Amino acid sequence: MNPANYVILSAVLFSIGAIGVLVRRNAIVVFMCVELMLNAANLAFVAFSKMNGNLNGQVIAFFVMVVAAAEVVVGLAIIVQIFRTRRSVSIDEPNLLKY
Amino acid sequence: MDTAVNLGETIVFWVCGIFAVLGALGLIFSKKAVHSALWMALTMISLAVLYVANQAPFLGMVQIVVYTGAVMMLFLFVLMVVGVDSSDSLIETIKGQRLAAILLGLGLAILLIWGIGSSLAGVGPGSLDEANSADGGNVQGIARLIFTTYLVPFEVTSALLITAALGAMVLAHRERWLPKPTQPEMSKARFAGSVHPGNLPAPGVYARHNAVDTPALLPDGSVSDISIPGPLKARGDVRPVDHMEMDEIKSIDEGSQS
Repeated sequence: MNPANYVILSAVLFSIGAIGVLVRRNAIVVFMCVELMLNAANLAFVAFSKMNGNLNGQVIAFFVMVVAAAEVVVGLAIIVQIFRTRRSVSIDEPNLLKY
Repeated sequence: MDTAVNLGETIVFWVCGIFAVLGALGLIFSKKAVHSALWMALTMISLAVLYVANQAPFLGMVQIVVYTGAVMMLFLFVLMVVGVDSSDSLIETIKGQRLAAILLGLGLAILLIWGIGSSLAGVGPGSLDEANSADGGNVQGIARLIFTTYLVPFEVTSALLITAALGAMVLAHRERWLPKPTQPEMSKARFAGSVHPGNLPAPGVYARHNAVDTPALLPDGSVSDISIPGPLKARGDVRPVDHMEMDEIKSIDEGSQS
């Protein structure tokens, strides 16, 4: 398979993730869509790694996974904290910072 | 041999690619957050297979262990904490935002596919055989890169992980502002505040009717409202008390022959 196939699949997944981030209102689902976008980027990295014949792309994808795991931990802790104070995970709710 | 490998990879790509896109669509179209999480797991497993097909077996395994294993379980765990039935509100705070978001997303997809796709049109598949076999295998090759070229980012990553773990502990920790109530205090609070610290009067335990829709009678013969279950009261299914009958019973009880 040519890398173009993988990169196009990656672009499709990335766009679906972006639409999800913009459309969904549940903070956890929004978070999962961000994860989907990160995964799509990883797929592109892996495809480019094979295209170029060296492992640098795979190492970068590995780092992306580590950073994504750390980000999920902190993000979910923030969501739990917001849920405790506001009893809701809708991202329309925390609008107090507006004023 | 080469064409067989290519055919196999093509089949794997189309099967897993379709599953990945299906999972992604399920993620954004599911009403319930738990269903979204399960669709997301499908996408991640399909991507893991695609990594393996791209000569990245280590990343494929890490994808399964870290993403479908750890990250998705963390998502499900938080979903259970936050409440499974927390559904999306369908009210748009910004007018026309949903339509604009979908149009922008489609535009992004077209831009990415057309731009990158056309620039990669004639590029061959390439191969990692050489890079993977240089150090004895894919894992050894990645390890060599991580501990030589990418040593500093790798060490920074370890600091990041420790910071994230500490941050999660600090954020999820709940400070106890008041001392924990003792058992005598809880008991006193129960009797001080509420009207009925004990059991409510039981319904339906007099003379002929032994059913929950029959109210209990107080000593003066009046009906005790709290003895009837709330749902029955709301439906209006309370059996009325026949006072004539009550008088009859009373007179029989007193022994007069009327």
